[in-house]
Amino acid sequence: MSESLKAHPFLLQWLSLDATGQVHAFSGKVDLGQGISHALRLIVAQELRISPQHIHMVPASTHTSPDEAVTSGSLSVQHSGAALRCAAAHWREMCRLQMAQRCGVDVTAVRCANGKFSVDLKNQTASYGELTSTEMWQSTIDTTHVASPQAAQELDATFSQPTALRPDIASKVFGEFEYIHDRVLPNMCHGMVFRPSTLTAEVVDHEMQALVHHVQAQNGVLQVRQDGLLLGVLTDTEYALTKIVRHIADGVAQGKFWRCHTEGPDANDLSHWLKAQTLDTTVVADITNEVPTNVVQYLRAEFQRPYMQHASIGLCCALAQWTEDTQQLEVWSHSQGIYNLRRDIALAFEMPPEHVQVSHVEGAGCYGHNGADDVAFDAAWLARLAPGRPVRVQWTRQAELGHAPLAPAMAVEIQAGVDAQGRIVEWTQTVWSQGHGTRPGRGKTPALLGTWQTAQPHPVTMAANAAMAVGGGSERNAQPPYDISSVKVINHRVLNMPFRVSAMRALGAPANVFAAESVMDELALRCAQDPLTFRLAHLRHIGQERAAAVVQKAADMARWTATRPSNQPEGWGRGLAYARYKNTGAYCAVVVELVVAEKVKLHKLWTAVDLGHVVDADGAANQIEGGALQAASWALCESAQLNPQGIASHDWESYPILKFSDMPAVEVALMSQPHLPSLGAGECSSGPTCAAIANAIFDAIGVRMRAMPFTPDNLLKTIEAETPSAHS
Amino acid sequence: MLNSVVTFHVNGREVSVQDQQGLTLLDVLRNTLHLKATRMGCGQGACGACRVMVDGHAMAACETPLWSAQGKHITTVEGLGTREAPHALQTAFIEEQAMQCGFCTSGILMSAAALLQRQEHPTRQEIVQMLDGHLCRCGAHNRVIRAIEKAANTSAAL
Repeated sequence: MSESLKAHPFLLQWLSLDATGQVHAFSGKVDLGQGISHALRLIVAQELRISPQHIHMVPASTHTSPDEAVTSGSLSVQHSGAALRCAAAHWREMCRLQMAQRCGVDVTAVRCANGKFSVDLKNQTASYGELTSTEMWQSTIDTTHVASPQAAQELDATFSQPTALRPDIASKVFGEFEYIHDRVLPNMCHGMVFRPSTLTAEVVDHEMQALVHHVQAQNGVLQVRQDGLLLGVLTDTEYALTKIVRHIADGVAQGKFWRCHTEGPDANDLSHWLKAQTLDTTVVADITNEVPTNVVQYLRAEFQRPYMQHASIGLCCALAQWTEDTQQLEVWSHSQGIYNLRRDIALAFEMPPEHVQVSHVEGAGCYGHNGADDVAFDAAWLARLAPGRPVRVQWTRQAELGHAPLAPAMAVEIQAGVDAQGRIVEWTQTVWSQGHGTRPGRGKTPALLGTWQTAQPHPVTMAANAAMAVGGGSERNAQPPYDISSVKVINHRVLNMPFRVSAMRALGAPANVFAAESVMDELALRCAQDPLTFRLAHLRHIGQERAAAVVQKAADMARWTATRPSNQPEGWGRGLAYARYKNTGAYCAVVVELVVAEKVKLHKLWTAVDLGHVVDADGAANQIEGGALQAASWALCESAQLNPQGIASHDWESYPILKFSDMPAVEVALMSQPHLPSLGAGECSSGPTCAAIANAIFDAIGVRMRAMPFTPDNLLKTIEAETPSAHS
Repeated sequence: MLNSVVTFHVNGREVSVQDQQGLTLLDVLRNTLHLKATRMGCGQGACGACRVMVDGHAMAACETPLWSAQGKHITTVEGLGTREAPHALQTAFIEEQAMQCGFCTSGILMSAAALLQRQEHPTRQEIVQMLDGHLCRCGAHNRVIRAIEKAANTSAAL
């Protein structure tokens, strides 16, 4: 049974019905721009035999929603979807039973279609509303109802459900949709929290005092409060706040108000830095079915990826309101985990958690632990200075890129041994990286940036990895997905965090898959085998059928085995890569075609994915394509610029992402598996995309890229390093 | 020019707004006129999220001083079309489900509308070139291009 359902076993915790016949469905998972609420809506609609337009997905809130922790890890359909499916099936079957009793017939004589229950012989129909009793809402969800024989028959008869469009899309193109940035509450004021560019710093007292005086004297300023490293400002209007932000931006950038210094890594030697820190070492896997004695050659190579940034198009934003008499704090946030945020805000203010309520309001696309929780703390902190007044805080673009957690840099070393028949018999993968999580809601102290910077600061939360049971963090996908008799995976967690790092889409998978799939190509070359043939030869064991199928499918889509086109331009190449996300999730293979000239130009990307049962095919394809294109951006151009004074890449010029003209055409194929459990779609294509690009670059120009990103500069450096010097 | 009143048209309606030092068109659209669909993305004219049509040209509202709007005709997404009479671009974006989070959509729609207004049959290359003034982080690029091509073909057929 799903964990969500264990914790929230009653029907009324998931579903309700209003007077107009609209079904309200409650999920603890939130919309991050990925359209998950639509997939959940389709699940409920299908189980209830109701048109999706009659299902209202209630935005998650600690007031009303089940606690489903964090919306992350490509798990929403598995967790919340499974729970809602059980809840809806339970309700439907309870109503069917009620209808049977009412008509005095056997339950098998009741049909459910279009939201109505009918008994043909009696010529009677009834709706959910007419059949549902108070006791029914309070009943414990019986999960066996999902597999009820009556339902199975009906479903076969009405299986082809019309695909409904995401309703938020129309509301977004007509300008009706309300993002969190657009919410206006009565008597709302505007706030900003200014902070140093590093986690710890010293205030330059005289400059700070002068600044406080200056700000206090400005029109529209309601309050100015300094607390430790933080300077909070409240104004009547956004205009007044913007003027202040502009006035002090230069001073902040020049380090006028804080002395910031952090001993960070050297961007040109990340691997050395990672390895030189204090390490927490674990053996993630040590599987030896057969001690290899027949290795004829070894390949050893190291790969790395830099620190990267979330770079959402929207800004982090939150609203908060403090009510003095009841000691209640209301927070509106685009956090990925409303209950976790509530817990840490309560910790920060030493309040009982039930005095804090957090409601989710959609922000711009979210791809991991960005500044959403931190800005919510900022708003809450300021709201307590202005009892009764809602406070809106929206970070600037500079804060967005400069204060949100980074995605951790990684170094990955692989040693692989092959036998005389060209079979890999030994594989050791070693990872160096900081942990991939400093999310709120998990520690003894709050994991919110502002709480580490007040006059009585809480300790900075050290980044940790998720348990391997949920896919791990830096060690995610560090175990190769192929038939290899001896595999060892070692993870070194770096215990130093000069810059805050946390979860970004797919965590360690992109770096691990980039490394492993590059090595697969190198081994294929050494064994004089085609990369496709070589992979398929290592996907022959029982249980590897779905893996082999996606690899073959992607290759077929790209006409891999056809004769290589002779009329391709110079620098043309193609690459293949495969991974099963977390080794337990979706199967995904990618083929990329590109041309390497002054820079890498992607032409086409094909991907074949096995997601098990697909709830919303268009939404899933959108996620897979989006994951691939975002990963293409990581692979080709993204790298955070760091210096001792903080994150230097804090605008779109210093942190460029791929543009429209850089994007390849994409073709997505979903394998049809209607009878297998659903697997999440959001993160499976990231790793294979990075790796397929690296392999295609090698195919194009014979240069093996071992460090992301594959920018023109890095290409040139690699070419120069690999070419015997003309001077020697 | 300070503290003067700026008069212009927004979505066909004449408005007069008191100017203030450094006041941007974006601030006025969102906070004075409550037209919230024009988005703040960077404040530096670099991401395209705040583009609106000013006399038929797509411009970054975050960098447009209010005073420069004097006498101009401005269109935002709210004035592009309605559910009853949608613009071809709005129909195409819905049909192609051309977004993930949709935060970049308003600005893209306005740039695309400006392009289609001055050029009925843009080539794919011209569409992509126009879109290079916009950033999308979700990876909906191909859907967006398809939707604009579709709208261009539809409006040409009308």
